[in-house]
Amino acid sequence: MENLTDLKIKELKITANNIRQSIIEMLVEAKSGHTAGPLGMADIFTLLYFHALKQDPKRPDWKDRDRLVLSNGHICPVLYATMAYAGYMPINELLTLRKFGSRLQGHPHREFMPWLENSSGPLGSGLSQAIGMAIADRIDFGPGTDKTIYCLTGDGELNEGQNWEAIMLAGKEHLRNLLVIVDRNNIQIDGFTENVMPLDDLAAKWQSFNWHVQEIDGHNFRDINDAICKAKAVYEKPSVIIARTIPGKGVREFERDYHWHGTPPNKEQGQMALKELRTLGGRIKSEDE
Amino acid sequence: MLNQSLKLNTKLFNDDVEQIPIRQGFGEGLLQAGIEDNNIVALCADLVGSTKMDLFADKFPERYVEIGVAEQNLASVASGMAAMGKIPFISSYAMFSPGRNWEQIRTTICYNDRPVKIAGSHAGVSVGPDGGTHQAIEDLAITRVIPNMVVISPCDSIEAKKATIACAKIKEPTYLRLAREKTPIITTDDTPFEIGKAQIVFIPESGLADIGIIATGALLHKAILAAKILEKDGVKIKVMNLSTIKPLDDEAIVSLAKEAKALVTLEEHQVSGGMGSAVAECLALYYPTPIEFLGVQNKFGQSGTSEELIKHYGMDVPDIIKAVEKVLKRRV
Repeated sequence: MENLTDLKIKELKITANNIRQSIIEMLVEAKSGHTAGPLGMADIFTLLYFHALKQDPKRPDWKDRDRLVLSNGHICPVLYATMAYAGYMPINELLTLRKFGSRLQGHPHREFMPWLENSSGPLGSGLSQAIGMAIADRIDFGPGTDKTIYCLTGDGELNEGQNWEAIMLAGKEHLRNLLVIVDRNNIQIDGFTENVMPLDDLAAKWQSFNWHVQEIDGHNFRDINDAICKAKAVYEKPSVIIARTIPGKGVREFERDYHWHGTPPNKEQGQMALKELRTLGGRIKSEDE
Repeated sequence: MLNQSLKLNTKLFNDDVEQIPIRQGFGEGLLQAGIEDNNIVALCADLVGSTKMDLFADKFPERYVEIGVAEQNLASVASGMAAMGKIPFISSYAMFSPGRNWEQIRTTICYNDRPVKIAGSHAGVSVGPDGGTHQAIEDLAITRVIPNMVVISPCDSIEAKKATIACAKIKEPTYLRLAREKTPIITTDDTPFEIGKAQIVFIPESGLADIGIIATGALLHKAILAAKILEKDGVKIKVMNLSTIKPLDDEAIVSLAKEAKALVTLEEHQVSGGMGSAVAECLALYYPTPIEFLGVQNKFGQSGTSEELIKHYGMDVPDIIKAVEKVLKRRV
């Protein structure tokens, strides 16, 4: 994985902005779906698909590819949009999200889109699947395997007990080929995570289960990239990156408001959001500068 | 009389018929399958000895994963291994897998269409003294309802071994129902086995059957004993071993119904949603036939010996004879 040049970061910002615009267009057209998480995770998805992941859209079944398991399937608009921009499917297909007959199911389903590594939606089972992939990979290639199994989870999702079964197992198995990124956006459907079911001290929790833990700004491309590089250099443990993100990132009216967890923008709100993203007058441009 | 062509155990009517736990056949089958195919891996939730997975784990420690008491994780980790080309077998007690982890099996195994093989041991009330919490009598219902799933309930340890080896070679997710207690050996190594094929194990000495009995699992032995008694009383019986509950052998079931005109189904399971229900769904469509359903009648299990419980819940030989007499009167 190369270091990020300033030019590359500029390109990634433009791509992430395009992905955010597509997310808005998809949700307005679908009239249902989740807004906050997909916008908040757009930068991480962009960095993964346009820099970090060892994948080839022309050969989605390439055996030696890195695997990306999306556990919180409800943020799939950002997965679909990013994969479309990366070349996995036509960009205009994004507007079929959640419609009858579409490959873009409301929550991802492999039967409709075989190049997805997993189907998801019911929370809490992605990490277990990623662990299974990491163990199988180690059986075949030994601990020196050069594949990385990525798992993306939400923070609210960590309420699910199955995650902690999985976290225990990965620590026990010393799965160095496993890298988890937690979308720490502090919201879930019923409100702020620390009110619904407190998770802090989240880093200490993972650490005590024998994981290598990093906490980063999930909107800073250089931070995300450095953390992934560091995680890959850890030999004896699985790694988790707790990425602090802003739910709804990029559209001021949506940011940090848990009501946008599972609500799509209507037409007017969508136009307002697109205008803010397209003019680049908002905070995306200014924040990393 | 026994169907000669199936080469069944001729000693099965003897009081001292050889008895082996069905789970033993699973353990031996898994070991055999593992020797034949390097891609087979095994995962267990802290019951490796009880489920007889230890035969595989001892031989192939590098292909065995101890998950701990965590059945939800068990199912989904297996799904992930299958995504990488492995053929995972998972085992626990049926009450916990597929009981506790049903949604993980539905979503991460079946909805993902991954070839994970789920061995649920200690199924049925015959688990005995552990009591109702540990007696899975709903597992056939909750597994057969899931798309993509194959469901097999072997009648003895020899059939369980064959079923284990056979299911390792199919791409579908599969549920294998296993029993804890020693149960009579009905089949032999030479008895044919094919997933999806029912077998008529007992046939009248001559002429057509008056009644058909369809049984699954170890209770098949009781069905055969009842058939022999009924035969002496002049009631001609055919007994079917329906070990694959999904996909259902519609053709064999309809053929038996057309001949016998009335049926008794027998399973160590709730009568709702299990094998009998599957048979009824088939016949309602293709050949409506009177059926008496033997099994647990909307009750939970309890502590006791295996024999006491089979008797208490109405699945013993006299219960089968009574059900046959009852359905004879409903015969059209």
